[in-house]
Formats: sequence, structure tokens, C-alpha cells
Amino acid sequence: MEGLVEALGLTSTFELLSLSPPGWGGNLLRGLMNSLQIAFGAFGFGLVIGLFGAYGKLYGGPVIRDLLAVYTTVVRAVPELVLILILYYVGTDLINKLVMGFGGERVEINGVVAGIWVLGIVQGAYATEILRGAILAVPPGQIEAARAFGMPPVMLMRRVTIPAMMSFAIPGLANLWLIATKDTALLAIVGFNELTLETKQAASSTRAYFTFFLAAGGLYLIVTLLSGRVFKRLETWARKGQPSMRQAKT
Amino acid sequence: MTVQTAQDTGATGVASKDEAIRIDKLHKSFGQLEVLKGVSLVAHKGDVVAIIGGSGSGKSTLLRCVNFLETPSSGRIVLGGEEIAMRPDGTPVSRKQIEKARTRLGMVFQSFNLWTHRTLMENVIEVPVHVLGLPRAEAVARAEKLLARVGLSAKTDTYPAFLSGGQQQRAAIARALAIEPSVMLFDEPTSALDPELVGEVLSVIRDLAAEGRTMLLVTHEMKFAREVATHVIYLHNGVVEEQGPPEQVFGNPQSDRLKQFLKSVA
Repeated sequence: MEGLVEALGLTSTFELLSLSPPGWGGNLLRGLMNSLQIAFGAFGFGLVIGLFGAYGKLYGGPVIRDLLAVYTTVVRAVPELVLILILYYVGTDLINKLVMGFGGERVEINGVVAGIWVLGIVQGAYATEILRGAILAVPPGQIEAARAFGMPPVMLMRRVTIPAMMSFAIPGLANLWLIATKDTALLAIVGFNELTLETKQAASSTRAYFTFFLAAGGLYLIVTLLSGRVFKRLETWARKGQPSMRQAKT
Repeated sequence: MTVQTAQDTGATGVASKDEAIRIDKLHKSFGQLEVLKGVSLVAHKGDVVAIIGGSGSGKSTLLRCVNFLETPSSGRIVLGGEEIAMRPDGTPVSRKQIEKARTRLGMVFQSFNLWTHRTLMENVIEVPVHVLGLPRAEAVARAEKLLARVGLSAKTDTYPAFLSGGQQQRAAIARALAIEPSVMLFDEPTSALDPELVGEVLSVIRDLAAEGRTMLLVTHEMKFAREVATHVIYLHNGVVEEQGPPEQVFGNPQSDRLKQFLKSVA
């Protein structure tokens, strides 16, 4: 192995990627963890927004429906990079104004929290539409049956609607999760140390651009592949009770 | 005759003790279209009331108004002596009251409406465990008995999509029985079934009738209605056109419309 590495002239590459200094591998992994943390938080936050958004759009009064329409339209219309800039700076500014209004001192907003909140709002708009579509795909008779047996609304949502819509929602949500992992890269612009920014710093310090960006690409790819497996299992679970499409082919 | 219209008796308030369902001058409109135009009926305990009529006569709507799956436009509904409080526009005053009333009404739908992400056992114990708060073991024991009764002991762990329509409908009947309802509501239970599967579902319903269960049965199966019903109501255009014991309604129909209807479905 070592002979092969030497023969290919990759010794310096491996040194650069080594986990301990002077290698930059550790920095890259820390960046990855930050990215995943934000992606996870934003995805979860987005799901919560999405669930309320979907129910609001389907069952809410006219005011709630209009507000949600504005939310999903605007967020999905504006480029995410622009939204991140707006939400990040406006968000931190508002919080600081509030804090100082109460006589506090200017605070530094935690990057992870800011990232989760900014990306979560973006994710929420897409999740709203995915979940709304999934709820609409649930056969109305199943919801009606639950009502006919006296199930109160929240229990009905928990016991019938959400499990029944899962199989319709998961492909869309899997997409959304992958977008979340990659959107974390956009947070580099507000100086948050996620994978892309760490990579850029490593690359520009060592001038080994190709090595580091290829390594980062590899890490994103691994995340995607692992996510794919998780979502496949989730989908199998959510589709329990449904005949497979392969059997249905003509 | 155990079932009378409110007009017949002139009764409006006093409910006799064994009265299971009283519907008083029920109206229901969908927008401009008035589907029920003042329907009244009383069912006592043990009655099997068959509701027949052509398509669009309002028979399904009438049944769905009983458990407020449709909101009546006006009228009164009294279930087991308890009147469902309605606002002047027919919407129920208390969601809690409706939910409680619904747990005493076992509804069986035309298209079964089993929960497809749950096995038959899970379908049958769902409401007893989660709505009625029955201990799980007790609910399972009850469900096993009911599924055996409808001939599905071997299918308890099967998901509905892998069963025939007749099996699904029998499971749906078991699900409705699991709440130990005081009244069973059947909304055209065999209309979505292949002809050869109708018999197995009817025989389950026949057994229920024989053991004296109170039932409202909306059906197109005239022979069956004649056989099991204690009282038959013929709806036409949202009004009770004719009613009485089955021998009378089927054997000696009075109105031309009923005569024509019976000829057309024979």
C-alpha cells in the first residue's frame, strides 16, 4: 500500500489530508460535522414548519391560507443564497436590536443556530408543499373512517393521516434532505465554518485546490450514499401494507 | 310496528326508554340542492331498519347525517335518548358530544375504508385502544373473537390490500363491532363487491340481525332487506315516500313510485 502511494506520487496528498496537523483532514471532518448538524436541524425545523404549513393550507381559514401562500411563494421564488443573506443579516440585526432595546450588549449569534433557522425557513416552504401533496393523496375514506369512530382531530392526524401519507411524502422529503446537506455550503458566504469553507481555507493555505475540493466532493458523495440507504429503509417501512409496484407491472 | 315517523305519533320530545335513534324533520342541502327534505324516523332497540331508494334519493346522506359525517341543515337527532345539540344552521355545538356519540355508532362503509397501513388486527383494536382506552390485551382478545366470527382468524396479521373485497368488508364489520356499538350503520355494504362476494358479507350481517342488533341498513339488496329488516323506509327525492314492515312495502307497495322502483331493481 505504502509502496503504491509512493509510486503514484501521492505521499504529499496523504500528508495534506492527514487528520492531525499539519494535515487538514481534521478540519474537513469538523466542517462536515458542522454541515450535518445544520442540515439535520434545518431539515427537522423545516419538517415542523411543513407539517403546520400543510395543515394550515388545507384546513386553515382564509387569512392563514393567504399568509402561507405568501410564505411558500416568496421563499421558493427568491434564490436561496439571497434568502440566506437576507435572513442571516436581518435575523441577527433584529435580535441585536431587541437585546439592546432591553439594555443588553450586542451578542454574537451562534453560527449553528443561525444556519438552522435560516435553512429551516427555506426547507419549511418546500416541506409544506410536499406534505400538503402527501396529505391530499391519502384516501379520504380512511380519514372519514377515523372520524366516524369518534377519533379527535389530533389523534386522527397522529394515528391515521401522518402514517398514511408517509409513503407519499418520503421520496420528496429525501430530495429535500439532500438539498439541505448541500445548501449548508451556501452558509460559507456568511462565514460559517462548514465543509465548503473549511475546504476553501485548506486549499488556499496549501495551494492544493484539486486535492481538497475532490476530498470535499467525496465527503458529500458519501453523505448522499448513506442517506439513500436510510431513506430506502424508511420508504420500505412506510409502504408496509402496500403491494409492491413490481407486482403491479403489466 | 315498532318504527313510526314523528308525524305519525305526534311525538317531538318524549323519548321512550328503548329508543335507539330518533331523527326529526331532518333537512340537508348541498348548496342549492336539497337532498333531504324533512325526513323523520325512529328506531328502537333491536330494530333493523332498511333504507331503500334510487340513486340520489338521499339514503346515504341520511345515514351519514346520523353520525354527523354530513352536517344536517336543520332538524333533530336523538341518539339513545341524548339529543345532539345543534346550532340553528345544523352544525354541532360540541365536538366532544359528537365524538362520544360516534363511539356508539358502528359505521360500515361502501368502500370498506380500512386503514391500509395497519393489519386487520391493528385495524380492529385501533379505536378500542386509542379512543375508548381499553387495555391492549383486552382489545386484542376481543378482536380475535370478532375476526374469528367473520371468518378471518387466519388473516389477523395481513394488510387489507392483500385481501379480497369481501374479506375487507368483513374485517370492516369486525372493526365496527369492536367498539360494542349500540347501533350499527351500514352504508351500502355490498355495493362495491364482486357479485360472488356479496353473499359472505350478507351472511355476516344476517347473523347480526338475528342476534337482535339495532341496525340502519342502506342497501340495494332488496331480497336481503325483505329478509332481515323489521322495517323498511323507501326514500324518494329526499322524502319518505312509503314505509312499513317489509311484507307490506315489498309485497303490497302503495305508491306508483315504489312500485316502479321495485320493478326496476327486481
